[in-house]
Amino acid sequence: MIRFESVSKRYPDGTVAVDELDFVAPSGQITVLVGPSGCGKTTSLRMINRMIEPTAGRILIDDQDVTKVDAAQLRRGIGYVIQHAGLFPHRTIIDNVASVPYLLGTDKKQARARAMELIERVGLDPRFAKRYPSQLSGGQQQRVGVARALAADPPVMLMDEPFSAVDPVVRDQLQEEFLRLQSDLGKTIVFVTHDIDEAIKLGDQVAVLRVGGHLAQLATPAELLSRPVDEFVAGFVGRDRGYRALTFTTVGELAVHDEQTVTLGAPVPSGADLDNWILVVDAANVPQGWLNLVELSRDDTTVSADLLYRGGTLATQGGSLREALDACLSSPSGRGVVVDSDETLLGSITAAEVLALIEKRRPAAASVTGSGSERR
Amino acid sequence: MTALATSSSSSPLHFWGYFMDHRSTDLSWLWSHTWLSVVPVVIGLLVALPLGWLARRYRFVYPPLISLTGLIYTIPSIALFVLIPPLFGLKSLDPKQVPIALTLYSIALLVRVVADGLASVSEDTVQAATAIGFKPLGRFFRVELPIAVPVITAGLRVALVANVSIVAVSGTIGMSNLGQLFTLGFQNSTNGPYYPPIVLGIVLCVLLALVLDRIVIILNILLTPWRKAVRS
Ligand SMILES: Nc1ncnc2c1ncn2[C@@H]1O[C@H](COP(=O)(O)OP(=O)(O)OP(=O)(O)O)[C@@H](O)[C@H]1O
Ligand SMILES: [Mg+2]
Repeated sequence: MIRFESVSKRYPDGTVAVDELDFVAPSGQITVLVGPSGCGKTTSLRMINRMIEPTAGRILIDDQDVTKVDAAQLRRGIGYVIQHAGLFPHRTIIDNVASVPYLLGTDKKQARARAMELIERVGLDPRFAKRYPSQLSGGQQQRVGVARALAADPPVMLMDEPFSAVDPVVRDQLQEEFLRLQSDLGKTIVFVTHDIDEAIKLGDQVAVLRVGGHLAQLATPAELLSRPVDEFVAGFVGRDRGYRALTFTTVGELAVHDEQTVTLGAPVPSGADLDNWILVVDAANVPQGWLNLVELSRDDTTVSADLLYRGGTLATQGGSLREALDACLSSPSGRGVVVDSDETLLGSITAAEVLALIEKRRPAAASVTGSGSERR
Repeated sequence: MTALATSSSSSPLHFWGYFMDHRSTDLSWLWSHTWLSVVPVVIGLLVALPLGWLARRYRFVYPPLISLTGLIYTIPSIALFVLIPPLFGLKSLDPKQVPIALTLYSIALLVRVVADGLASVSEDTVQAATAIGFKPLGRFFRVELPIAVPVITAGLRVALVANVSIVAVSGTIGMSNLGQLFTLGFQNSTNGPYYPPIVLGIVLCVLLALVLDRIVIILNILLTPWRKAVRS
């Protein structure tokens, strides 16, 4: 557990970067610090491992005041990941990862064995071990950064925009893997980002800071979206927060309709009873995309892959309302495709039906439009 | 000097014959020339390391330090040779004055090189090193300095080659090194130019410079296996 007790930081030039910050980052959870540029996120994070010393207040890790511990010793027990990974260009990947164990005097062979384990754990090809950082892509370097932070198995991890310098697809991947890793490891993590979506996706709790280093709100992601405390937080979490809040609302069973399908490679079906749109599945009954029967020319006799509309997202049975609504909205036929956890087709649902479900959850939904609504 | 008269030809190409005739003297000059070129650079580097570190650590030190060392470098070598004995309490033409002057030059050149080399280490890397628990000294020797090696060795190459030529200048004021060959050449050019010692001096200086340069290049390659990875 990391506890901030009225922590302030005034830089020598008079800038107040952090002002009377009070909060607790509970053990085994991800606490995200989020806020606009210059609001003191990095400063707050770096005060935890004493890269920056607070000018007032104190920070406790498991009830131990960090200023009472030797700085280098303290840092060796805290994993730290930054935006551009900050790998050592003159060390191989495996030696980068083993940096902290080396510092702690761990036997070289043992340190490397552990590093190797972590390299694989963060999803890197073991062949990369002998390479140098410059021979890896940005996303791969970032994984090495995470592995290096984990090498000495520190209970606490500090992460400063670790995923913001990679492209959106890789970022998504890294976030997913990070969550998976965390569910195994249960570290106490303070994670800094300026991206509210990332904060909501990763955080067990989210601290929104405003410029000047004030804590505006500390809440769970769902609460943040449904009950922003003021205009600033409301504005920061975004206008489509009502929609995004649906991420945190699951419905039991979606009652789905049977959907007529055609298998990929089969002859194009015909018949007056068919809708303009028909769902195409593969041999294993996994949805592939939609086929528009009206558009087909006379030469199109079999259902081939290049005829498909693949824009629709899929809703998983037991997933969130956001997923279900998005599946409907993104489907060219207007019918959202619902699949089982093994990706096979269950049936379809319409937007109206999802909205009815949302309506039924009115008590929760009411607060979305209630207290936090922007007055414009 | 009488031995010189036995060299028959004054053709520039006769330098090899000249060398064979005066092998032991020439080799001892080459040897001292080598030491005079190398040792001041090594000492200069050892002094420049902490100074360069200071200039990096306390940014306000950098501008005055670089101006001062730049100033030293603009003093002509002959003038510096003359200035050293009174400043260091030596007799004029004391054999120590040349290494002292060369060490000053080397420091002047290398302080900047070391500071710029350390500046070439990315801020992210330095921050990361601090954050994972390196102490300042360990960080300097195990992270910053190794990464600065390519910049520092580039500076060493310049310093070494410059020293080879400055040492030769000191030979013309009577220090025993390859510079003596130029003096001899002029002294024996009473009736028509006498080229062999001059050409020999040039050839040996160039060879020495090339060999020293090559050694530093190899040293750099050995110290920076990671750079090869960058290039490939
Ligand atoms: N060394 C420093 N000296 C003076 N002011 C500083 C220093 N470092 C940061 N600041 C100021 O403190 C404030 C907070 O900076 P900080 O780096 O913590 O912001 P941040 O929330 O991490 O921003 P970003 O999202 O842009 O990274 C800013 O106004 C910044 O200009
Ligand atoms: Mg920052």
